[in-house]
Amino acid sequence: MTGLAILIPVAIGLGLAGLAAFFWALSDDQFDDPDGAATRILTDEEDEL
Amino acid sequence: MNGPFQPGTAVVAAESRFAVPGMHCAGCISKIEHGLNARAGVHAARVNFTSKQVSIAHDPEISEADLGEAIRSLGFEPTLIADSDAATDENSAMRELLRALAVAGFAAMNVMLLSVSVWSGADGATRELFHWISALIALPAIAYAGRPFYRSAWGALRHGRTNMDVPIAIGVTITAAMSLHETIVGGEHAYFESALMLLFFLLAGRALDAMMRRKVGDGVSALARQSAPGALVIDADGKSQWRKSAELEPGMIMQLAAGERLAADGVIVSGESAIDASLLTGESAAQPVAPGEQVFAGTLNIGAPITVEVTAAADETALADIGRLMATAGQSKSRYVRIADRGARLYAPVVHALAALTFVGWMVAGADWHQAMLISVAVLIITCPCALGLAVPVAQVVATGALMKRGILVKHESALERLAEADRVVFDKTGTLTLDRPVPDNLDTLDSEQKSVALALARTSRHPLASSLRRALEDEGVRAAEIDSAEERAGQGVFASYRGRAVSLAKPDIAQSAPAVALTIGDTPDIIIRFADALRPAAAPMVSAMDSLGLPGSILSGDTADAIRPVAKTLGLTAQASARPDEKCEALERLRRAGDHVLMVGDGLNDGPALASAHVSMAPGSASDVGQNAADLVFLGDSLAPLPAAVRVARRTMAIVRQNFGLAIVYNVLAVPLAIAGFVTPLVAAVAMSLSSLIVIGNSLRLRSAQ
Repeated sequence: MTGLAILIPVAIGLGLAGLAAFFWALSDDQFDDPDGAATRILTDEEDEL
Repeated sequence: MNGPFQPGTAVVAAESRFAVPGMHCAGCISKIEHGLNARAGVHAARVNFTSKQVSIAHDPEISEADLGEAIRSLGFEPTLIADSDAATDENSAMRELLRALAVAGFAAMNVMLLSVSVWSGADGATRELFHWISALIALPAIAYAGRPFYRSAWGALRHGRTNMDVPIAIGVTITAAMSLHETIVGGEHAYFESALMLLFFLLAGRALDAMMRRKVGDGVSALARQSAPGALVIDADGKSQWRKSAELEPGMIMQLAAGERLAADGVIVSGESAIDASLLTGESAAQPVAPGEQVFAGTLNIGAPITVEVTAAADETALADIGRLMATAGQSKSRYVRIADRGARLYAPVVHALAALTFVGWMVAGADWHQAMLISVAVLIITCPCALGLAVPVAQVVATGALMKRGILVKHESALERLAEADRVVFDKTGTLTLDRPVPDNLDTLDSEQKSVALALARTSRHPLASSLRRALEDEGVRAAEIDSAEERAGQGVFASYRGRAVSLAKPDIAQSAPAVALTIGDTPDIIIRFADALRPAAAPMVSAMDSLGLPGSILSGDTADAIRPVAKTLGLTAQASARPDEKCEALERLRRAGDHVLMVGDGLNDGPALASAHVSMAPGSASDVGQNAADLVFLGDSLAPLPAAVRVARRTMAIVRQNFGLAIVYNVLAVPLAIAGFVTPLVAAVAMSLSSLIVIGNSLRLRSAQ
């Protein structure tokens, strides 16, 4: 039972952390352009022609 | 990942958005962004690769046409997208749904974790503890994630109606209350995870539905922008004064410079000019007008200055009539009941009746109220409209995505449903079957020197024929000659000198049957370059493909019979000519009464009412604002090939939706008797619910490869 007292808060806490991260990402426009984000990683920002 | 985007810092910036369907790789993104950012006056350009759009923050002085030209010079074909406030509302509604979905998902997972241990044999104090923790997580989560349903259910009930959300809200509330009661008395079964899962799946359906929902046709407000803000009015003493459109009255005399739009209907008093009436008739070639002739608000005076006596102003103009026509025509469309709602109307009463009957049945059979209540809650949960809530949106979102990859934008939430029902197609001619831009017809008769001079002259003018000539010559790779002292004379042409010789690109001296320009180099005879309005690519294969899909076509145009005949003949279509906007609506109404579901394809303002009143409508990306707003679907690019493709995808989507409904019914037929008999524990309910939802989603994903 003592194990549960630690593990359950830890499990719920981690879940809440994930939820908070999602809320942040949503309000930070991270999901506006998923395909663009995937391709942009290939652009070489330093080498502008 | 998404790099910084600074919209014009302190400076007031205008924002324009373009659809650029041609971009397909990381190179395209940086080419467009760097190319645009390098231009003076552009504050920031940002590509959204997923929606194939670029939004540009720029100085208000730069026109949208210039930006379009800039993108074209980078090698991409842009289409201007009309901006809307509705889109931002949609966006915030979407975010609220996603937040609710995330909360429901988080709570469902954690409660499930606890429930699994209960199902695998936890009892006594452990079970009670787990039920209490579940309640602590579930109740706030239900209160938060259930808001969209409660709000909508309450709104419906307050007006004495019922909708899909009423049974959902009642079901979730009863389940949660029952489970809380079980928790307090230390009972064996709590259904918290079922209530949360129910919310999760339904919210997923709603979120997908919200993604589908694009701006619903609001052509009327776009129409207002087309009319001129006012006109210069001359009073009896000969003094001129600027009056707003609303202040104009019949009998006033308006003075119009070349290039001005008319603010009211009227009769020409003096001056000869040419009028571009494409806004009303869809015909782009300018009409010559002389004193005594009628001119209409919204048309463009492109020739010489004229004075016009107002005959109808403000709400009385032909343009305002179109606005009213569109407003009434759009009403029939908003009355269309979507297939999911039709299903819900049948479904909700049946579910409620079943649950109530189960309760009564068990009470009669001698069970105590507590047991009877538990079993009827199980019936409510097992009959949850998960599959119904997911069946339509998942299929439509997948289909919409597949269509977008082919350059077809679905703008109305029920567009695919209505498109699948279409059994007749009516085309506008100008701008829809044809490109509505004059294309030079006889360029091959020019030698290379003549071409290079023509290009140099064409570049100095903004006249539509000059721009078309320039584009055609640039596409051929012609290099412009060096010319000096170029001068454009309004209504005549461009004049310059080339290696000491006078050159000009001007109106031909002899009247031509088609639009044409005369190229003069020194003393050599004029070369007449003729223009024709070319058919869109793939027009003929499109007509036959539509025919084989069971959509016979016809033409309904505002043009004269003579202008339509060659197009109708080439494509083998029957045609109705000289149809005014209201006559187009009447023609569609006749077809509707005859039992036809008409797909209207049109582009101009004059097609607006017809697009709004047709069963379903499509417009090309080159269409006027009004046309694009009124249409249910917009296809990008010049080719007409997307039309039959869209019909095929729409039909396949509806076939999948019906399969999904079938699957949901089969599932209910199997599971409901078990629930009524009292065999459904929370474990069975959870498994059944997930399984039915997964099957529906899996079936819908087959549309991804839709051909």
